[in-house]
Amino acid sequence: MIAHAIFFYTFSIIAVVSAIMVTASKNTVHSVFFLILDFISISCLFIMIGAEFLGMIMLIVYVGAVAVLFLFVVMMLNVAQQKNQWFAGQSTSKHIPVGLIISTLIFFEIIIVIGGWKYKPEIFDINNSLANTSLSNTHSLGQILYTDYIHVFQISGMVLLVAMIGAIVLTFRQRSGVKRQSYIKQISRERVEGVEVLEVQSNKGVKIDD
Amino acid sequence: MEYLSIVFQEVYKILFLLVPVLVSVAMIVWLDRRVWAFVQKRQGPNVVGPFGLLQSLADALKYIFKEIIIPSSSNKVIFILAPIVTMTLALIAWAVIPFSATQVLADINVGILYLFAVSSLGVYGIIMGGWASNSKYPFLGAIRSAAQMVSYEVSIGVIIINVLLCVGSLNLNDIVIAQQNMWFVIPLFPMFVIFFISALAETNRPPFDLPEAEAELVAGYQTEYSGMMYAMFWLGEYANILLMCAMGAILFLGGWMSPIDVYPFTLVPGALWLILKILLLFILFALVKAIVPRYRYDQLMRLGWKVFLPLSLIWVVLTSSYLFYFNLLPVN
Repeated sequence: MIAHAIFFYTFSIIAVVSAIMVTASKNTVHSVFFLILDFISISCLFIMIGAEFLGMIMLIVYVGAVAVLFLFVVMMLNVAQQKNQWFAGQSTSKHIPVGLIISTLIFFEIIIVIGGWKYKPEIFDINNSLANTSLSNTHSLGQILYTDYIHVFQISGMVLLVAMIGAIVLTFRQRSGVKRQSYIKQISRERVEGVEVLEVQSNKGVKIDD
Repeated sequence: MEYLSIVFQEVYKILFLLVPVLVSVAMIVWLDRRVWAFVQKRQGPNVVGPFGLLQSLADALKYIFKEIIIPSSSNKVIFILAPIVTMTLALIAWAVIPFSATQVLADINVGILYLFAVSSLGVYGIIMGGWASNSKYPFLGAIRSAAQMVSYEVSIGVIIINVLLCVGSLNLNDIVIAQQNMWFVIPLFPMFVIFFISALAETNRPPFDLPEAEAELVAGYQTEYSGMMYAMFWLGEYANILLMCAMGAILFLGGWMSPIDVYPFTLVPGALWLILKILLLFILFALVKAIVPRYRYDQLMRLGWKVFLPLSLIWVVLTSSYLFYFNLLPVN
């Protein structure tokens, strides 16, 4: 139990400190690295409570894919300078009301969740849940997701698909004057059409059309 | 006291796994250069030790005595962290590789997911190194590798789903045991080919070594590294290659199981079979390096997204419908 507690507190302290550092660090790339550290320690916490499937998926999806793209964007856009401008400029106060509304919403959500835990503990009792505890984590998750909640699951998948298509449509531009490379054309090119032997007259030169 | 003895026991086990892995990484570098040389009708490293076997040790010794240069405009903490991250991630994945039914450091339920997660984290070492160097070529290399590794991870993930459909468990030992009657390389042969090519791209091996394409990017993300830090990148890279070979051996070639289940073959310990299979795959890796020219970047992206991803997705549909129709789905 002591080892368990030590690991729990280590991971949770790392998670909280890195979450604070995400917002506190001046360099944007550092913020993303702290975000990654936060994801990793949270997936460690997931594994500690026995949700090993969730922990691994968290690692694969968030750390392995989402955060890489984050990092990619942050490095490419050089947000570091802009961020400093935002904080130094007069326009800072415009963001405050929106931030306040969102943070109060999250605060009340947390209160509702923790209140439920306190006043109706039987909801969170593992024996009351639909999961069959004798099965492994992955199996029981699959059995719930693909039976009772199949429609919700499918709808969330559709929403993601629509979001993806929407993002592609919004950013897609048909640019003119761009030379496209056709693989079939490149591979099926023969020597006859690629090379041409010309008789060059002196002092005239050759005009190559293309 | 009890905790301490458990800790010591585990440390002993970990050392017993890691030291052979590190030594074999050194040997595999020699093998790689040797195979490469033979394909090109050269001798390769053959001076240090018998057959040049100690060449990698000599190289390592040279790297240790070189000065570590940290560029003054680099981001020092991340610059130093990058090779450490690469090396650590390449080594921690070996914890779940089963060398026989019982010889495995951590026999966890979600072993294959762990392997996949760790191999997908490998991109961070490269991005961190490329960004922290604060120089153009490393940065270009890092950006290229980020895009490349994320794209090929997707198809590797879908290929893993193919195998999992036939197994019904995420445990690596279960995956090996499920291949008792037939290795998955036979029914899933196209997936094995795609896995092999994606593994080449995932480990930045030629013909997909664009992150360090020396003709265009000097040495890509490792340009600014020197001495032991460069050697760590290099060791981590080869440990990752070995890991991908091990993953291929476990998913498709029956892991530690002997090829035929008859008397003289079953006497050979499982670890030896696994090592032989890893070596076979690695020699294929080395041959590909020697005989295939480098891809262009747009061809690489096209291959990942427009060829491999649809193909492996179609194969998932085919596998699952076959298993469902003939009632072969693994149920437990």
